[in-house]
Amino acid sequence: MHELSLMEGLLDIIAESARTEGFTQVRKVILLIGQLSGVEPEAMRFCFETVADGSIAQGAELDIVEVPGAGWCDACQLTVPMETRFDPCPHCGKVQLPVTAGTDMRLDSLDVV
Amino acid sequence: MCTTCGCGSDETLIDGKPHAHGHEHGHSHEHGHDHDHGHDHDHAHPAPGVRRRVRVEQDLLAKNNALAAENREAFRERGLFVLNLVSSPGSGKTTLLVETIQRLKAAHAIAVIEGDQQTSFDADRIRAAGVPAVQINTGKGCHLDAHMVGHAAQQLTVAPGGLLLVENVGNLVCPASFDLGEAHKVVILSVTEGDDKPFKYPDMFAAADLLLVNKIDLLPYVKFDVDKCIHNALSVNPKLQVIRLSATTGENMEAWTAWIEAGIRATLAGRDALVAGLKQRLAALEAQLGAGQQA
Repeated sequence: MHELSLMEGLLDIIAESARTEGFTQVRKVILLIGQLSGVEPEAMRFCFETVADGSIAQGAELDIVEVPGAGWCDACQLTVPMETRFDPCPHCGKVQLPVTAGTDMRLDSLDVV
Repeated sequence: MCTTCGCGSDETLIDGKPHAHGHEHGHSHEHGHDHDHGHDHDHAHPAPGVRRRVRVEQDLLAKNNALAAENREAFRERGLFVLNLVSSPGSGKTTLLVETIQRLKAAHAIAVIEGDQQTSFDADRIRAAGVPAVQINTGKGCHLDAHMVGHAAQQLTVAPGGLLLVENVGNLVCPASFDLGEAHKVVILSVTEGDDKPFKYPDMFAAADLLLVNKIDLLPYVKFDVDKCIHNALSVNPKLQVIRLSATTGENMEAWTAWIEAGIRATLAGRDALVAGLKQRLAALEAQLGAGQQA
C-alpha cells in the first residue's frame, strides 16, 4: 500500500501550492498516472479520502488520468504502445524494449477556490 | 503522519525509538523550492470563492526523491557504497547478508540498515555476525523511504571505502518506487519462488540493476526454470545483470562479492576525485586571496 505514502506526498504538494498560490479550498485534484507506474488507482482513491480528511482537500474530487505506456523499438525505429513492461513490439515482435513513457506519477493541476 | 518533517508514518521506529526530530542532519526540508518560477505576484489572486485552475506539475515522489538525492550526496562524501536489497519475504535475504558479511568484513568496513514492519530479529542476526546494524520498524509501512534511511545512516559510523547494505521490507511491490539514495537496487529471487515473478512484479525488476537468483542448491528439488526466469527478467529490464548463487552452500558467492568490491573501489575513486577537486578549488581560492593581499 505505498499509495498511502504517495497520497501523503500529494497532500504536502497541495499544502505548498496553497501557500504560494493563495487558495484555501481544493475542489478537484487532477493526477497524471502512468500505466506502468505500478500503482492501483482504486487504492489511491481510498488513501486520498483518508489523508485529505481534515485538510484543505477534504471532499475534493480526485480525477486520475491514465497516461499510456510506450516504448522504443530500435528495429522499427518507432515508438510503440506498451501495456506492460514486457510487451513485444506490435510490428516486429522484438522483446526487451526500453520503456519511454507511462512510468510517472504527477500532480498536474488543482481546481481551487 | 509526523507533522515536523512529513515522514510517512508515525509508527516508524529506529532501533525501537521514534526517530529524533532535531533536524541537525542537514536537510532543512526546504529543498528544491527556489521559487524561481516567475511567481512575482504581478497577477492578483482571485477573490476567495472564485473557482480557478492552478497548474502544479509536480512528481508525487518529489519529496522522497529530493531526500534520496541528499542521501546519495552524503554517501558520496562519506565514500560509502550503498546497496538497497529488495525481495519477497523468504527469499533468503538475511542469510545472504550474513554470508556476505562473513566474506567481506575482514577487508571492508560494513554496516547494515534493516527494514521490517516489526521486531529486531534481523538486526540481531547481523550484529551477531559482527557488524553494526540499525533496525527500522516501519509499523504498518510496506517500504523504507529516503527519510527513514537518512536518519538511520547517521547513526552508523562507517569508514570511507565502506559498504552499507540496506535490507528493505520483504515486498516486491512498494520498495520499487522509493529511491533511498543507494548506488544500486539489488533484487533477490530464490528458486523456491516462481520463475514468472519478473512478469508478476515487473516494476521491481525494472528498478533493479542486479538480480541475484538465490538457493540454486535447491534446483534439483523444485520446478524452477532458471534460464526462463532470467529471460523474463531481461524482458522487463534489458540492462539487468544476473548472478546465480547459493548463500547456504556458498556456490558462486565470489561472483557476488567481486561485484560488490568493484563497486567499493569505484565509490572510493569517486570520493578521491571529489576530495582532489575540492583541494584544487581551495588552492585556487588561496592563490586568489594571496594575489588580492599583494595588490
